[in-house]
Amino acid sequence: MSGIEVRNVTKTYGRTVALNDVSIDFGENKIYGLLGRNGAGKTTLLNIINNRLFADSGRVFADGESCIENDKVQSKMYLMSEKTYYPEKMKVKDVYKWTKNFYPDFDMDYANQLAVKFSLDTDKRVDSLSTGYNSIVKLIAALCVNTPYVFFDEPVLGLDANYRDLFYRLLIEKYSINPCTMILSTHLIGEVSGVVEHVVIINKGRIIRNESTEKLLSNGYTITGTAAKVDEFVMGKNVIGCDVLGGLKTAYILGEHPVMACEGIEISKMDLQKLFVKLTNDQEA
Amino acid sequence: MNIDFNSEKPIFMQIAEGLEDAILAGAFEEEGQIPSITEISVMYKINPATALKGINILVDSGIVYKKRGLGMFVKAGAVKQIKEIRKEKFFEDYISSLIEEAGKLGLKENDIKEMIERGFRR
Repeated sequence: MSGIEVRNVTKTYGRTVALNDVSIDFGENKIYGLLGRNGAGKTTLLNIINNRLFADSGRVFADGESCIENDKVQSKMYLMSEKTYYPEKMKVKDVYKWTKNFYPDFDMDYANQLAVKFSLDTDKRVDSLSTGYNSIVKLIAALCVNTPYVFFDEPVLGLDANYRDLFYRLLIEKYSINPCTMILSTHLIGEVSGVVEHVVIINKGRIIRNESTEKLLSNGYTITGTAAKVDEFVMGKNVIGCDVLGGLKTAYILGEHPVMACEGIEISKMDLQKLFVKLTNDQEA
Repeated sequence: MNIDFNSEKPIFMQIAEGLEDAILAGAFEEEGQIPSITEISVMYKINPATALKGINILVDSGIVYKKRGLGMFVKAGAVKQIKEIRKEKFFEDYISSLIEEAGKLGLKENDIKEMIERGFRR
């Protein structure tokens, strides 16, 4: 079986349960959004898949083989994360040289082209770069390694709007020409909602949603109207949250969009960001 | 052509309609090439699968066709065809919603007719 399979993975840090019996598949050649709030367990999950952390229990497979302490399998994966594992005094161009040693398919020409696009001076030392440029160094590596599985953990940390825009375009271009499995872990949901084909939402160490973006969005809507009308309308429906503004009430509902609205009630689509916030909001749940 | 991520309309539909508009406006001529899936998805920062779904609507309705290895082209007669389809949808898209809104405001048939005439005189 190809793709990545995570089976019943649990990871605890002392009393904190970071991942609680998580099982999830990442299929071939799709772009996934791994969404979760701070501390939801996104980074822990990626670190376990990439053999940077050991799970307390459970198993992880890539293309049918265990990922744990398996160099052959790990060479198919690249994790771009906030943590860096190369000496900070290293020059950027040496980082790429070493990356090429570990990932033979690393495309050095493309890396140099991207460095120009991001105005990155590869003669600079990594520790002399800003937060944004530190991310850029790693993003370029991730876009050039050419492994079948590429994981991005908070890829746009510290990037300005222009470079975020450039990054998403490059990512789509790369994927479109040379498809691979990309997993984008982020909380900047609005920016990735058009890019990701499949959404996985993780909350408090558990997977709470695992659906195609289209299906997830077609399964939620908002209704707005006077409080009395809205209350009447939502009876028996799966309400995941409400906002009240004076006499005006907005309810967020899970389920098929109703075909007809009643008078005085407005039905509109729920965007991914809103759906995410409502699904993972403890106060209202 | 603009994509509105907050619109009720799915993105792939917006892509299909946006390309139709561009064909109507003459931006893509009949027998001329339209942008590739990659170009469209990069331009609008959308998943290539979404762009493909949009293009496939146009392929299915015979407005564009694939030339193997070359790309996608606008069919001869596409402009006429788009107009025909749009005319059929005109009633649904504009007239029905117009009458509905008029009903809410208490506007009568004659009021609307007058407004339409006023619109044409402008």
